Amino acid sequence: MLTMTNNFHVFAAILSKDILLDFRGRDIIFSVPIFGILLILLFNFALDVTPDMVDDLAPGILWVSFAFSGVLTMNRSFVREKEQGGLEGLLISPISRDIIFFGKAASNFLFMILVEFVLLLALAVMLGFLVTSWVLVLTIVLTTIGFATLGTLFSAIAVETRSREVMLPVLFFPLIIPILIGAVEVTSEVIGGTSGAVARWLPLIGIFDALFLIICPWLFSAIIQE
Amino acid sequence: MLDFNSAKRSLFSYVLAGLAIVLMTFNLLLIFIVAPTDAVLGDIQRIFYIHVPIAVMSFLAFFVVCIGSIMYLIRRTSYWDRLAHSAAEVGVVFVTITLLTGVVWARPVWGVWWTWEPRLTTTLILWLIYVAYLMVRSYAPNRSQGSLYAAAIGIVGFVDVPIVYYSVQWWRSIHPAAVVGPLAESGSLEPIMRNILLVSLVAFVLVFVWLLQQKMAIQKASDLLISISHISDRTRV
Repeated sequence: MLTMTNNFHVFAAILSKDILLDFRGRDIIFSVPIFGILLILLFNFALDVTPDMVDDLAPGILWVSFAFSGVLTMNRSFVREKEQGGLEGLLISPISRDIIFFGKAASNFLFMILVEFVLLLALAVMLGFLVTSWVLVLTIVLTTIGFATLGTLFSAIAVETRSREVMLPVLFFPLIIPILIGAVEVTSEVIGGTSGAVARWLPLIGIFDALFLIICPWLFSAIIQE
Repeated sequence: MLDFNSAKRSLFSYVLAGLAIVLMTFNLLLIFIVAPTDAVLGDIQRIFYIHVPIAVMSFLAFFVVCIGSIMYLIRRTSYWDRLAHSAAEVGVVFVTITLLTGVVWARPVWGVWWTWEPRLTTTLILWLIYVAYLMVRSYAPNRSQGSLYAAAIGIVGFVDVPIVYYSVQWWRSIHPAAVVGPLAESGSLEPIMRNILLVSLVAFVLVFVWLLQQKMAIQKASDLLISISHISDRTRV
């Protein structure tokens, strides 16, 4: 019981440390949403989005900008630990590595949710994409869990390699294709597209999350070295 | 000990290579002379006897990568790492050939080089995952870290493949296929065609095992060379 509460305290400490760094640092908390808004702007010009096309194009624009901003978010997660030797400190301290993983994944998750909220607002204003749906909220949460779980593992790997900025997307994007497709399909149905997508894709996203929530902490503990 | 090991290995590899050469020659004769010309597709259909076994072998290779990766993370012995690394390299070569032969076949038969059909899409994603696997190995700061990171990707990548396949298939069922060729859904196969395919499969299994064994021997020699150069560096100082 003591270890349970201990683990939770450690988890909360890692999470709050990351949140504090994000808010004190200021750089990333502004640059990632601005990057996302920039993406929406580029999509608007590249696809020449007119109001009657919004329903067709918005799900794709939404999820591609989420995924790209997500990669930026995740890249920062371990770079910061690396620069000042923070990761060594975490690894030396007597904490389970699963807890470190979950702490980092949770901070990535929260940061991505924040960015996604800003991007949804931007989409509503810039493209007139305005949806209030609990299914969409659930999809965003589930998909972001998948993004954050896999992304945290890969950013821990990518940060150690040469050309780390390229390595993370190269590892990340091929593997998240299933939940990216699922999220786009569900979003299409929510705004009035093909029916039956929610019943089919939400479970798939859930299975993906469950699978990688089990595998990724184990792999993280196994591969990370001081 | 060392000499004995390598001598035994080379005898094994000679036998394997001999069998592979004989069976592959026989296989090529079957494919190009014995096999009947397809009534609908013509000679281009013969690529099928090479394309399918190579595709099957590449899946086998990535299965070996996954097993090797799991065992490496549990046992931490260089044997399993060598197995995973070598299987991944052979697998990437096989997937590349699968994609290329598929493209060559698709152009005359489907009229396009490429279509986003589930199997094609999954194969392309597979290729991307294992190219990234090899990239991580060579971009890692040192050998042991590269092995560990690659092991993680080898496991995660293989677990993801079935999900990718199902997701792409579902996605396709919503967006109907633009191209429907005569062999888009392969129906029943003539008995002789099936038998030649089986011979070809066995031939490619031999080629695969031989390549894997060769690659592992090279890897072992290169590991040995590195450790020797470390020792000689130390003694020189």
